[in-house]
Amino acid sequence: MKQFQGRVVTPGTVTAEAVVTTQGFNTLASFQMALQFGDKEVKCGDQNNEELHGKSLLAKALCLPQTIGSTTGGLVLYCACAMEKNPACMLFGGHIDSLAAAGAVLADVWVDGVTMPVVDSLGDEFLNYVKDGMTITVKENGIVEVEE
Amino acid sequence: MILTPEQQAILDGKKGETMAKVMKTLVMYGDAFEAEKLVPITSKYNHLVTSFGLKVMSPVYDLMQKLLDDGVFSGQQFSVDPRPLDKNVPANFLQSLVFQKFMYTKQDFYEKQLKELGLLSDDAFTCTCYMDEVGNKPQKGEVLSWAESSAVVYANSVLGARCNRNSGIIDIMGSIVGYVPYFGLLTDEGRKATWIVRVQTTKKPEAQLLGSAIGMKVMEDVPYITGLDKWLGTELNDATCAYLKDFGAATASNGAVGLYHIENLTPEAVESGNALLCENPKEYIIDDAELERVKNNYPVIWKNPDAKPKLCFVGCPHLSLEQLKEWTDKIESGLKESGKKKVTLPTVFTAAPKVLEAFNKTDYAPRLKATGVITSYICPLMYMNNPLCKTMPVITSSNKLRTYTSAKYYTDAEILSIVTKGGQK
Repeated sequence: MKQFQGRVVTPGTVTAEAVVTTQGFNTLASFQMALQFGDKEVKCGDQNNEELHGKSLLAKALCLPQTIGSTTGGLVLYCACAMEKNPACMLFGGHIDSLAAAGAVLADVWVDGVTMPVVDSLGDEFLNYVKDGMTITVKENGIVEVEE
Repeated sequence: MILTPEQQAILDGKKGETMAKVMKTLVMYGDAFEAEKLVPITSKYNHLVTSFGLKVMSPVYDLMQKLLDDGVFSGQQFSVDPRPLDKNVPANFLQSLVFQKFMYTKQDFYEKQLKELGLLSDDAFTCTCYMDEVGNKPQKGEVLSWAESSAVVYANSVLGARCNRNSGIIDIMGSIVGYVPYFGLLTDEGRKATWIVRVQTTKKPEAQLLGSAIGMKVMEDVPYITGLDKWLGTELNDATCAYLKDFGAATASNGAVGLYHIENLTPEAVESGNALLCENPKEYIIDDAELERVKNNYPVIWKNPDAKPKLCFVGCPHLSLEQLKEWTDKIESGLKESGKKKVTLPTVFTAAPKVLEAFNKTDYAPRLKATGVITSYICPLMYMNNPLCKTMPVITSSNKLRTYTSAKYYTDAEILSIVTKGGQK
């Protein structure tokens, strides 16, 4: 088990299985088809992301460097949370970007009963270490535990 | 974040619970970037990204309705991204059924909400609100609360306005309170370039390809681009602005670029030159081979990669008036060369309603119509945003459309050849 200290963007605790991308996560491209057409597994629809394309994002610990793409990104994340189709948490290696931050904050302020902890600044080592299928535990203080 | 007494009072609920939540959203958003304060929005108009009444976006419409019901909306009028549907754009029976009965069932309801929230006019639906014909063109130095990645990068880079890459919903919330958090591209420091990109091609690079390459490399960083003035010149004329519109949209969709500087061309680069560069910037050299590498690496997700194209979209982001005229000339010439009278497949050119209105007053409009090309105000992305299009071979010269859909990318010259001569190239 390895621990990483990050910064809490929106609080919460959760344990979930990791899905990892080392390239920018395109929120609209990843979620649009799954949300629109009721994919129960919420499989990633981004054809440009070989690491995630076709993998389920639902209730997973999404580990990523940052989000990219359309500025609908934040509202897409907000909708995913409101529809309970969101990842269990989002864990950023670097500093969070403006679209992901917007989505995290909108969900935290406006969606009742759904918690999606978001932690950023976990460092390059975090993204180098974490792999798909590892078990991730997010603590309230921004500590992220990764178990193989 | 340090708030003024007025801002603090709003956060404390002096203007009601919903307004307090709007302020809390902006404060938390700013806190994520260590913003020290909120600054006033100074642009005349806002621009929103969410234009489509997708049934699945019900949480957004519920939130908008809550704002309306609680009397919490902006005094600032706004334009908004393009409508998703137009009966002039070819759609088969099944597509029409899916669009009307399944996907966009909330469109009328949402447009009614937009009007109540302060929509600029009934035809203020475009991603290129900054076109002269549309009239939402901010001045240099103005602070915006815009969303729409292609509009934000244009406003920052070409017009010199100041705007972060705000998300949908955040865009209108900033406008409601009249302030945005001061961080990132609003600050002098945040507008400095951390990359120097050296364009060393032997010909004028394709705007959408160059933008894609830079976006994928620098992600959300600010690039300072040298060598492009050799091809674009040093004047921000119609042709150059159209190039930068397409280039910027690709940087923003293939990466997350919110601002770029082009040496000797964009306003801040002209003013400050390489003083805009941070110490020890990262370097990216782009030559012909690099552009070819980027293009060849795009995935083709058509069921049959060699399928004959069934539809072509040009105009994501929306075309300018000059681009519509230029395409008219090119299509006519291409057809003349091939001895054909009409384009070889359904071809749709998209532009802002106001731009189309201006175009339709010129003698180019009947000429373009005679070639069989259809003009429309829709968002091609919204048209293609469904599983039926996955099995439909659509081609485009938009790298943004390629990124988000199954559309296959070709350069403008290749598109011209396909639609006027047939075949794939």
